[in-house]
Amino acid sequence: MSFLTFLKKKRPLKDQQADRGILVFENTSEVIRAENALKAEGWDVKVKGPPPEIRTGCDLVIEFPLIEELNVLRALEGAGVEPVKVVPVWSALLEPVSLFHTKDFGEYLMIRAANMKLTVDKKTMTIVNVSGGGCPDVPFLAQEMVGKPLSDAPSPRAIGHTLCGYALQLAYEEMQRQCLSS
Amino acid sequence: MLVVVGTVPDEGIPLLEGQVHLENDMLVLQGRRIPVNRGTPALLAAAVAAGQILGNAPTYTYLVGDIGTGKGSRRLYEHLVRHLPKKAFEVMTFHYLQPDVDWHNRVLFALEEMKPRPVLIADAGFMYAAKMSGQAGAYDLFTPDAGEIAFLADEEAPHPFYTRGFILHEENRVPELITRAYEHNNAARCLLVKGKRDYVASREGILATIDKPLVEALEPVGGTGDTVTGIVSALVASGISVEDAALLAAKVNRLAGLYANPTPATQVIELIKHIPRATAEILEETLKKHLSRNAR
Repeated sequence: MSFLTFLKKKRPLKDQQADRGILVFENTSEVIRAENALKAEGWDVKVKGPPPEIRTGCDLVIEFPLIEELNVLRALEGAGVEPVKVVPVWSALLEPVSLFHTKDFGEYLMIRAANMKLTVDKKTMTIVNVSGGGCPDVPFLAQEMVGKPLSDAPSPRAIGHTLCGYALQLAYEEMQRQCLSS
Repeated sequence: MLVVVGTVPDEGIPLLEGQVHLENDMLVLQGRRIPVNRGTPALLAAAVAAGQILGNAPTYTYLVGDIGTGKGSRRLYEHLVRHLPKKAFEVMTFHYLQPDVDWHNRVLFALEEMKPRPVLIADAGFMYAAKMSGQAGAYDLFTPDAGEIAFLADEEAPHPFYTRGFILHEENRVPELITRAYEHNNAARCLLVKGKRDYVASREGILATIDKPLVEALEPVGGTGDTVTGIVSALVASGISVEDAALLAAKVNRLAGLYANPTPATQVIELIKHIPRATAEILEETLKKHLSRNAR
């Protein structure tokens, strides 16, 4: 980790919230790519729901410290994923659901994040079901993930495109934390 | 005739429309065989299975490949806007489509031009867009699960992902969430809320609850909500009122789930195989009750 990266990570949260901007992208897939690129460089950015005036449907935006706009844009340009616009935050951004619900079925463990549920076989650590959600990548994600070991299955972050995919990513991370971290 | 509009998780599938049937656990549409995993194919398979017992006309569908980029959904939206005003369908069910308020509104305008106006059922992504557009009242039936009713109840949330913490779904709060959804005009004329206990509701309140048989292992099984929506769609297409169809569909789905003897690893096709038997039994039981009431 470089010295600059270290400084970025240590910047107090309060300062970042004092003067925020949001990065708006063409679609959710680009938001996920941009978030990956910025986090890889140490930026403490957050994915949120857009303010009402710029909502179109299945949207996500990235909240960032506005003062760092040029640096952030440069990082995104380097990663080949540029926002369609950068907007200062005037109204409250929506917070994604952050609570998890875990249900133990004996041989199986199910974790729900927002509207998405992921279930694994506790013995084999194989993903046995994906349920919930309403965006068209949900059946796709289920098709690609079910039947695969939790450690090898593609992550929703890598192949998903929508908010449902993003919610499944949270369930997937929580499942990995609970099942694979020891 | 029932028409189902949705997507399949395969970008290689072009926009297809036509009559669909089930053959060896696969959907067959225009000579293409489509696997029944979850999502719209599961809804369609359930509708076809129930429709066989109900003596329905073949189910018609508009399907397109979309893996979440929204490209297929937009192509389908455009097609619907152009062609629907000239069509005459009795029941239309909208399902896994990329939520897009602008396209939703254009499709709704096209639906309003249809004569007669079809019975409109929405679930999944299209229901999200219908709520977000403020046009939920234009629909006859929404089929949310417990998480989605919390989203409908939250007048601020544009997607279930952003349902505010104080509204977050808990099974025992469903009646309160239904009331709140109607207060903010974010519910269809009738709701079938799917969960541990199923609720049929309207603006007037809870019309019925169904909680037997309870098969806990069905909760993780992807597609069990899709099958309820398919069954209710087939029942409405057979001429049963939306409210009665919702009640019967919840019963049929639960019974089919019981017959599938599932574990949390069961795939939804196993439940779909039992829908014809469950439909026949629930219809027979309902008929018997009706006859014995009339005999008294």
